[in-house]
Amino acid sequence: MEIVNHILFYASWALLAAGGLLCVIGAFGLVRFPETYTRMHAAGVIDTGGALLILAGLMLQSGLTLETVKLALIMFFLLFTSPTAGYALARGTWSAGHRPITHTRSDARTDGHSDSAGMTDDG
Amino acid sequence: MFWAAMIGILVALALALVRAIAGPTVYDRILAVNSFGTLTVLALSVIGFLMGRPDFLDIALVYALINFIGTIAVLKFLRYGDFARATQADDNDLV
Repeated sequence: MEIVNHILFYASWALLAAGGLLCVIGAFGLVRFPETYTRMHAAGVIDTGGALLILAGLMLQSGLTLETVKLALIMFFLLFTSPTAGYALARGTWSAGHRPITHTRSDARTDGHSDSAGMTDDG
Repeated sequence: MFWAAMIGILVALALALVRAIAGPTVYDRILAVNSFGTLTVLALSVIGFLMGRPDFLDIALVYALINFIGTIAVLKFLRYGDFARATQADDNDLV
């Protein structure tokens, strides 16, 4: 029985660390990406990757108790509501007239005209 | 053990706040606040385990739902200018 506890302990530690890392990576992408549509991908990384791994790590910690059911419920709702919110946000952004950047950064320099989307705050 | 996740979440919260403040368009701000809400749900769950308070999970669950409803409400407000347009029929009832 002792071995199982060790395995569970290190597995949940790995999951929690990976979840925290994914949250940082998603948030870093949220800041660094050039315009709204790419930032939605970064926010998706947080919503799915970070949330899943951290909640799974906590589930391993709590074993078969009521907390695990609550954690499963949180994970269940997060996985359903985040994509819906992301979809609604993308529709709102599109209907507001913002368009994603289609050309790569090097094209912008060669053809010389100003950025078509005109929404990027840098470069 | 939980500190690995907690530090990651705190850094992510700060970065999401940076995007919320710096976001050029209002949709960037909505996106950042939505991510901030999800990260708060995770932070609540982890702190609940850190401090041995299982009731934090209920708060995290409610917060996850309210965060979603808030995002959709703001988007609807932006799209239609108000939450529920009073149709002509409603005005007749008032008379």
